[in-house]
Amino acid sequence: MRIRSQWLSMGVVLAAVAAQPSVAAELRDLYFGEALYRAYQGQYFDALERLDAELAQHHRVDEPELDSLQYHIRQADFSVGDFELRYRMHLRAGRAIKAVLDADVEQPVKNEAAYRLARIQFQKDQPEDALHSLERIQGTVPDNIKDDLEFLRANVYSALGRPADAVEVLKRLQGAESLKGFAAYNLGIALLQAGHNAEALRQLEKAGQIDSRVSATAAVRDKSNMVLGSLLFKSTEYGPAQLAFDRVRLDGPYSNLALLSTGWAEVTAHDYQKALVPWGMLIERDGTDAAVQEARLALPFAYSKLQVYGRAALLYGQALDAFGKELEKADASMRSIRAGKFLQALIREEINQDNLWVVRLRTLPDTPETFYLTELMASNDFQTALQNYLDLEDLHRRLLVWQDSFAAFEDLIRLRRANYEPLLPQVDAHFRELDSQMRLRLEQREHLQKRLQDILTAPRPELLATADERLALESLRKIGRALRSGSGAEHDALQARVQRLQGLLTWRLYTEYPERLTQAHKDLRDLNEDVRLLHERYTAFVRARQAAVHSYVGYDQSIKRLRTHVGEALQRVDTLLARQGQVIEAVAIDELNTRRQRLEAYQVQARYAVADSYDRALKQHAGGGTP
Amino acid sequence: MHKHFLIVMSALLCIWARPSPADESARAQMKGLDEQVQEVKTDVLSIAAELNQLEEKLLYPSDTHLAVFVSLAHGETLRLDAVQIQIDGHLATHYIYSFKELDALRRGGVQRVYSGNIATGTHEIEVSVSAKLANGKDYTQTERFPFTKEIKPKSLGVMLAGPDTPQPGIHLGDW
Repeated sequence: MRIRSQWLSMGVVLAAVAAQPSVAAELRDLYFGEALYRAYQGQYFDALERLDAELAQHHRVDEPELDSLQYHIRQADFSVGDFELRYRMHLRAGRAIKAVLDADVEQPVKNEAAYRLARIQFQKDQPEDALHSLERIQGTVPDNIKDDLEFLRANVYSALGRPADAVEVLKRLQGAESLKGFAAYNLGIALLQAGHNAEALRQLEKAGQIDSRVSATAAVRDKSNMVLGSLLFKSTEYGPAQLAFDRVRLDGPYSNLALLSTGWAEVTAHDYQKALVPWGMLIERDGTDAAVQEARLALPFAYSKLQVYGRAALLYGQALDAFGKELEKADASMRSIRAGKFLQALIREEINQDNLWVVRLRTLPDTPETFYLTELMASNDFQTALQNYLDLEDLHRRLLVWQDSFAAFEDLIRLRRANYEPLLPQVDAHFRELDSQMRLRLEQREHLQKRLQDILTAPRPELLATADERLALESLRKIGRALRSGSGAEHDALQARVQRLQGLLTWRLYTEYPERLTQAHKDLRDLNEDVRLLHERYTAFVRARQAAVHSYVGYDQSIKRLRTHVGEALQRVDTLLARQGQVIEAVAIDELNTRRQRLEAYQVQARYAVADSYDRALKQHAGGGTP
Repeated sequence: MHKHFLIVMSALLCIWARPSPADESARAQMKGLDEQVQEVKTDVLSIAAELNQLEEKLLYPSDTHLAVFVSLAHGETLRLDAVQIQIDGHLATHYIYSFKELDALRRGGVQRVYSGNIATGTHEIEVSVSAKLANGKDYTQTERFPFTKEIKPKSLGVMLAGPDTPQPGIHLGDW
C-alpha cells in the first residue's frame, strides 16, 4: 500500500469511475443475475458465494458451451475480480481475469481483461504489474473502457514516478466527459510532479473552474482550488490564493478549510477587516473541526490587529471556554473508546445503511467516541481497517448462525430417521411382493412378444385362437381320437361332422389371421404403454425410497467436518476481530491525543491572549486611544 | 498563528506529508492484519459453499426443488412495492422491496424470491404484483401460469414489466 499511499499524499485523486459490474440487456443465467443482485446491494460476500458456485458448476459440466452461464462467462469472470476487490480480497482478486487473459479468446476480450487486471493490480499497489498488463493491450479497445483505460495508464505512470508520461496521457483526456474534473486535476498534479510549476498552476486554475453539478466533480473542483490556493499562498501570492479559496463551495468537504484559508490570505495581505467575515462564519460551525478551532483563535487575533481589544478579549475568553469543553469531549471520547464503545458504535446497524455512514456517525445520538474521529475515519488506511472490522463482525455473525444451524440440521435428520425407519421394512416387504409380481408379468409380456415375432416369420394361425376356440379345437381333437376305433354309418357321420367343425374353425383362424395378427400387435403396444407406466411408477418408487433414506443418511461426516471448520474459523475471526479492534482503538486514541495536545496548546495561547487583550483594552480605555 | 494554519492545512490536505515511523509501524500492522482478514474471508467463503451444498441436499433435494426468481424488464421504471407468489393456491411468499433491492433489480439483478419443495407433475403458479408507475399511479397485476415439475430442480423466472413497455405484464420463463 506504500507506493500508492505516498503517491496519494501528493494529492492525486484516484478515479472517478469505479468498477461496476453491469448486466447485459438480456440475462440468460438466473444464478449470475442473482449474484449481481447481491453485488448491487453491496453484499459482496453473498455475491461471491453465488458466483463462485455458479462458475465452479459451469466448469464442471461436460459441455460448458451449452450451459446458460456461457453467454455471460467473460462478464462473470470479470465480475468475480470486481467483487473480490470490493470485498477487499486483493490477494485473491484477479485470478479469474488472469485466466481469461491467458485463454484462447479474441483480442478485444483480452484487452478488456488486461484493463481490468491492471486496475486490480493498481489497487493492490502493484503499479509495475499494472503497467505490464496495460502493455498487453493491442489493437481495438472497447469504446466503453477507452477513457478509463487511459486514465488508469496515467495513474500508473504517476505511481511509478513517471509524471511526464502521465502528463502526455492526461492531456489527451481533457475532453473526456466521464472524467470531467478528475483528468483536469490530475493533470495539474502531474505537471507539478514533473516540475512544470507555472503550467501546473494554470491547469489547477482551469480545474478549479470546471462547471459541474455532479457532486464528485464538484468535490474535485474544490480540491483543485484548495491545492491551487495553498500553492499560491506559499508563493506569497495572497490575492490570487484568496480567489482560489473563494471558489470552494461553502457546503463542501473543504469549506471549513477554505474559510480558514481565505481569512489567512487576507490577514497575510494585512487586510484584517476582510478576514473577520470568513472566520466569523467559521466559528459558528462544528466545534470539533480543527479549522473551526483554529478560527476561534484567529478571529480575536484579527480583532486585536484591528485594535478592537475588548472584542478580542471577549472572543479569546469564549475560545478558552470552547477549548475546555472540547478537551472534555476529547477526554470523554477517549474514555468511551477505552470502554469499547467506539467499536460498538461502528457496528450499529443503522450506520451501515448507506455509503455515507462515516459522515453520519457524528450525527448519531450517544456516540461521543466518534466526535473527533470522522476525519481519521475518512483516511484510506483507517477505512480499510474499519471495513475489515465490519467484515469480520459480519463473518462472526454468519459463523454463529451456521454453528446454531447444525443443531437444527441434526434435529431434522433425527426426526426424519424416526419417521422413515419404522416404515421402511413394511414398505420394503410390500415392494418386494409387488416387485416379484411385476417381474412375472414382464416375463409373460416378453414371451408374448417373442411369439408374435416368431409368427411374423412363420405364420401359425392357431396361436391366435381365442380361449373358446382353443377349447373347442381341443374337444374336437379328443372326439376325433375317440372316433378312430369305431365303424358304421353313424360313426362315419360323426367323424365327418367333427372334421367339418374342425375345418370351420381352421377356416376362421386362417381367414381372420391378418386381422387377428394386427389386433395382437395393437394389444401388445397397449400393453407396452401400461408396462412403461408401470416402469415409471416403479422408478418413482425406487427414487422416493432412496430419497427417504438420503434425507437422513450420510450427513454425519459432512456436518461433523463443517462444524469443526466453522468452530475453527470462528476462533480465528474472533482473534482477528479483537486484534483489529485493538488497532483501531489505538489509532483512534492516538488521533485523539494529537487533537488533545493541539487543543491544550490553543488553550495556553488563548489564556495568554485573553490576558494580553484585556490589558490592551484597559490601556486603550484609560488612554482613550491607541495603547 | 501562521504556524498552526500551515499544520492544519497540511494535515487536512495531505499534501507534502510524509508518513512518520510510527505511522509506518501502524500501517505495517494494519497490512499484516489485512492479509489475515483476507485469508479468513477465503476460508469462510469455502465453508459457505460447502454449507450451501449441504443445505440444498438436506432441505431442497433435486427431485423436489423449486426456485422462483424475480427480475424487472430491461429499462423498467416501475417502482415495485411487493410481489406475492402462490403455488397451487397456497401462499409461497409475499415479499416487500426496500429501495436498495429495487435499485438492484432495476440494474439487472435477479432476486431468488422463493425456494421450496414440490412434487413432480403439473402445478400452477400465481404471481401478484403491487407497484407504482412513473406517474405515481398504483399498479397491480395478477397472472397465473401452469408449469410442470420434472424429476430435476426447477427454476422459474418471473419477469415484470409495467404497462408502458413493449411487452407489458408478468412473464414466466422456464429455466
